[in-house]
Amino acid sequence: MAENIRLMQGNEAVAEGAMIGGLRFFGGYPITPSTEIAEILARRLPKVGGKFIQMEDEIASVGAIIGASLAGSKSMTATSGPGFSLMVEGIGYAYMAEVPTVIVNVQRGGPSTGLPTKVAQADTMQARWGTHGDYIAIALAPQSVRETLDLTVRAMNLAEVYRTPVTLLTDEVLGHMREKVTIPEEGELEIINRQKPDVPASWYKHFEITPNFKSPMASFGDGYRFHVTGLTHDEEGFPTNKSVEILAKLTKLRNKIMRYLDDICQIETDGMEDAHVAVYAYGIVARAARQAVQMARARRMKVGQVRPITIWPSHDKKYKEIFSSKNLEAVIVAELNQGQLVYEVQRLVPKHVEVISLNRFDSELITPAQILNKIKEVR
Amino acid sequence: MAQRSDITHKYLRAKKKFPNVWCAGCGIGIVMGSLIRAIDKLELDRDNVTLVSGIGCSSRLPVYLDFNTLHTTHGRALAFATGVKLANPKMHVIVITGDGDALAIGGNHFIHSCRRNMDITCILINNQIYGMTGGQFSPTTPTDSHAATAPYGNKEYPFDIPKLAMGAGASYVARGTVYHVTQLDQLIYDGIQKRGFSLVEAFSNCHTYFGRLNRLGDSVKMLEEMKKNALPLKAAAKMPPDKVQGKLLTGVFCDVEREEYCDRYDALIQSLQGK
Repeated sequence: MAENIRLMQGNEAVAEGAMIGGLRFFGGYPITPSTEIAEILARRLPKVGGKFIQMEDEIASVGAIIGASLAGSKSMTATSGPGFSLMVEGIGYAYMAEVPTVIVNVQRGGPSTGLPTKVAQADTMQARWGTHGDYIAIALAPQSVRETLDLTVRAMNLAEVYRTPVTLLTDEVLGHMREKVTIPEEGELEIINRQKPDVPASWYKHFEITPNFKSPMASFGDGYRFHVTGLTHDEEGFPTNKSVEILAKLTKLRNKIMRYLDDICQIETDGMEDAHVAVYAYGIVARAARQAVQMARARRMKVGQVRPITIWPSHDKKYKEIFSSKNLEAVIVAELNQGQLVYEVQRLVPKHVEVISLNRFDSELITPAQILNKIKEVR
Repeated sequence: MAQRSDITHKYLRAKKKFPNVWCAGCGIGIVMGSLIRAIDKLELDRDNVTLVSGIGCSSRLPVYLDFNTLHTTHGRALAFATGVKLANPKMHVIVITGDGDALAIGGNHFIHSCRRNMDITCILINNQIYGMTGGQFSPTTPTDSHAATAPYGNKEYPFDIPKLAMGAGASYVARGTVYHVTQLDQLIYDGIQKRGFSLVEAFSNCHTYFGRLNRLGDSVKMLEEMKKNALPLKAAAKMPPDKVQGKLLTGVFCDVEREEYCDRYDALIQSLQGK
């Protein structure tokens, strides 16, 4: 069978991945540079019996996908910074009420309305700390169009497995650039659906605290008739003020993700064994970093690369191992913002390793030459 | 009366810790009774009923009832309900909300839900004040009335809820009060049966804040005032306008046929799939 090869945009790849991953509900509000995702899904979802709805704003969009997910549909929304700011209320709710949802943030320049058509990585920390209260966020960041497709499917899988909102962090350039993509064949990518309860309704607890912190999830209409609230609640879902129950709930929310970092966190490294200098970058910047590292190697400089694919949560132990590579002297953190992930790296390197920030926030991409120059400065 | 109470107990959640959060004499419990009787009379399969609410005193209602229940964030009940309904159109989706929840922070979702005409029944319990947070003025607090944040009297003008809902395109709009319980039972019954977006305003009393701050007496006094001030639309139509002025009009304000959203979307799916 001939391979299904297409030239497509990152935003198209999100839609393609969503369809492969079993998306059945999309609720969204138009915003540049994410709109192609909604436009494509408006056309494709009804063809497979799925639902698309354009809501009155981003707050309503995230509300609608939470409602749809509770009714049993795999659900997603897509937006950019200003919309993501409005959605954090619903993201906090989905976290507290343990509702699988996927939020795509095609990042653009900020703050505020900022630069609708220009690239940035300035929502990196917002994806981690956006909503109020303590919470553990999951966010994935692709570097290519094909990886955008793969990580869209993975974001949906993680949302279903961990019953939590998952953010896909892309950006204006990734969203709009076109690359050759081999569409995966049926069965090529793993598709995971939420675990349903197999107990009678009278035994069912929607928020049960189990030894592995994973609780089966019934849908509205399945006959289980449970209560869902954003108030801190007990295992039945009823609001509680008892400190024992509060501690149990908040600990469960944390543990159900933090105990599975090995499954959730993907980090790519290259040439770190003998590296004197490492370049740490994610998403579109990681591509420039890759080229810069190759250029440096051609000049016989010992340079390695670290690319977080899972931006959040941070797998501290793994990063500490990577950064304790015996010859490492410096890490260059390249980001399209005024310095966000650099603080994460500072926290994870041994004392003798210098952390150098390379930032660009004038709406242009960081070039390989810029990174190479920085490497030369360090060496 | 015994019979009514039996029906109520059938739908209360055995596992939920009582008592409820409402003040003694609060009208919200009366609306809950009306809702239960309406659902019971309709013989709805309770697995296929979802109650969705926002934040506030009224929004605490669903937790006590044995249906699928969803207590959301402030003002967003209709947005969440839209997702539940569209994902599962067989579900009877009933939204319980208050005047602050639906008309201030949720005003945008309210008008767009009316316009979209999805088959959702919205029961808006209007007690003219923010009760849960301690008596601040709401979008339905009358002009010059007193509230915790209007110590010198409210300088704003209130929404007329039925007019707002009709203007925004709701298919069924009605108003009842917690004094006129038999009528309220019927309005909620009709609202749930209506295919399309229906809005039932249940005018209620907050004697704890609105009553106290405006010297309107206890809940009994406020209910008696409701009895005196309510005027059925049909009666009002035969009266001169100056006699209608200041009265609380009750009954069905509009009941129109408009194709429902999920039906229209389902037709689209059928045509795309060539069925």
